[in-house]
Amino acid sequence: MTRIRLNDVLLVVAPIFLALFFTTVILLAVGASPWDAYRNILAGAFESPEKIADVVAACVPLVLCGVGMCITFTAGQWNVGVEGQIILGALFATWVARNLLWPQAPVLTLMLLAGMLGGALWGVIAALLKIYGNVHEIFGGLGLNYVAQGLAIWLIFNPWRPADGATMSGTDPFPDPAWMPRLAHLRVSPLAVILALLAVVVVYFLLRGTRWGLELRAMGKNFRSAYLLGVPSTPRLLTAFAACGALAGLAGAIRCSARYGRMIPDIAGGQGYLSLLVALLAVSRPQWVPFIAFFFAAVGVGSPRLELNMHLDSSLGGVLRASMVLAVMMVAGLRMLLNQRRARAAGETPSQDVVESGDAAG
Amino acid sequence: MEFDFIVRTLASMVFSSTPVVLAAIGETISEKSGVINLSLDGSIALSAMTGFAVAFTTGSVTLGILAAMMVGALVALLVAFSCLTLRQEQVAVGFVLTMLCTELADFLGNPFVRRPGPSVPPMPIPYLCDIPFLGPILFRHNAMVYLSFLVVVAAWWWIARTQPGLKLQGVGERPESAFARGVDVNLLRYVYTIVGGALVGLAGAAYSLSIKLGWSHGHTTGIGWIALAIVIFGGWTPWRVAIGAYFFALLKALGSILQRNPAFEGVPTQIFSSAPFALMIFALLLLSSKGVDRVLALFPPQIARRLDRLIRGRAPGGLGRTFVQE
Repeated sequence: MTRIRLNDVLLVVAPIFLALFFTTVILLAVGASPWDAYRNILAGAFESPEKIADVVAACVPLVLCGVGMCITFTAGQWNVGVEGQIILGALFATWVARNLLWPQAPVLTLMLLAGMLGGALWGVIAALLKIYGNVHEIFGGLGLNYVAQGLAIWLIFNPWRPADGATMSGTDPFPDPAWMPRLAHLRVSPLAVILALLAVVVVYFLLRGTRWGLELRAMGKNFRSAYLLGVPSTPRLLTAFAACGALAGLAGAIRCSARYGRMIPDIAGGQGYLSLLVALLAVSRPQWVPFIAFFFAAVGVGSPRLELNMHLDSSLGGVLRASMVLAVMMVAGLRMLLNQRRARAAGETPSQDVVESGDAAG
Repeated sequence: MEFDFIVRTLASMVFSSTPVVLAAIGETISEKSGVINLSLDGSIALSAMTGFAVAFTTGSVTLGILAAMMVGALVALLVAFSCLTLRQEQVAVGFVLTMLCTELADFLGNPFVRRPGPSVPPMPIPYLCDIPFLGPILFRHNAMVYLSFLVVVAAWWWIARTQPGLKLQGVGERPESAFARGVDVNLLRYVYTIVGGALVGLAGAAYSLSIKLGWSHGHTTGIGWIALAIVIFGGWTPWRVAIGAYFFALLKALGSILQRNPAFEGVPTQIFSSAPFALMIFALLLLSSKGVDRVLALFPPQIARRLDRLIRGRAPGGLGRTFVQE
């Protein structure tokens, strides 16, 4: 019994050590002090209430997209198009902010709804390409990301060109009602945090407590069997992609309303790809997403310090995050291998099955 | 003048498609054995950075190329180990490695950003380069370009015409049968994944030492994904994959010609940079759509079947599946 528990602890602790070991080696290789680097990241993320607020604010898009991707992962789909879905959400929200000069409550509500609509639309396109066009969702999603990026840049450069012409810094700031209220002088918006947490709860119950969630899980486990058992796969795929897209679009709307107060070319800022890592770590369990997102956000907010204080590239934070996900996978694989060896040594018959590893990219 | 223009466009198409050709052929080899190395985009970035950094510090382009190939092979080894030995999902591992390699390339490449450095010297092939039309298009480039020609031919010959190539296909198509015939499935998969990875590394070197010299943030972004899509487009057959890569480069060249056209002056350049990816979706869509079936149905059945086989390849049967040898 104790052995199992030790195993479980190792499963969590070992990847963290492995990833830290890897980044330490990298830091030593470039002749930097690992201790200073980690200290700078931690200080950059937690040294003041302002910084902690930044971390919480940075969590919001990661949580929204992360739980969104839990939905598509549950259905066995690689929704790589989240980056583009964030952009579309931001674009739709920006349209509302620029065109509807209403009081704050209705404008914000409409912006968030429009964002969800935009993201859902982009998600559904990826699903349609997959279902009717036979284009694997990875390529469809990636392609759509670049298309969305092009669309955003075109809008900012042409119809939404700012008065001073400085297009790279984005559109003109939104009118006041379209800014999401912040907490005192901090850069975090309580409404955004509440929405993100709400999304976790809703997705958790959708996946665990509804027939829809059960059917998605069946599709994720074995698409063919689920289909043969009568799960209507086409509408389920469409709704899964739409739901994930809506959450990503919400994240996009929040980013341009609460963070920038305008539409900028780099509105998604890699959050879509980052939340893919979050979702990979969460393994379709939405309740884990906020914790993983918090860690990811802290590393993200803390690592620009490396540039300021140590003249290192802030992408070390990215290396740390990605190597941690890789380490988690490898440790899980190693444990499985060891368990099998042990079972074989104990005289049990080894399983002869062929492990199904996702549908091939093609 | 018109003729000259066409020659120049085609020559730049051949030149600029080197990395995509190399990466797509490398990926074809590894997918033929049944392993998807999805880390291409990151792997190319990391090897491009390493290739340039090594060439920059040692002054030797050859060492840079070798280092880049080592990096590509190493990433592929990691893919193979995680997927074949540790039985993790190939797509997941590939994605994480894409991100890891991209970030690592940015971090380690920081001191080399926008530094002028060595590059593969031009090397027109004597006599051949004087052939009218074909000479300037094919034989007035550098060693890297000629190497990519060789790689295409060698990969085709190895896969389609040799005994080991047959084994490679067997391992990728039906690992169970290959195993029953006494082939060490996972060993071969390891080997071909690593060989494919080395070619991906070479593609990285082709980028930073031959096509788009030097290193900067986001230097190679997107090339890996394009190469992955081209493997599907080319139906896992080296010469068709190569044609796909050249075709893609041609469209890109046409795009930049259009861009310079006064009629498109108001269109921001970023539209043109996202166009290849829209094209990628469109190509994949066209290939597998039912519209193609309808067009094919117009032909007599025998010809239709041939045409279908010509334009549409089939993925290896064991692609993406981990085979458990017992």
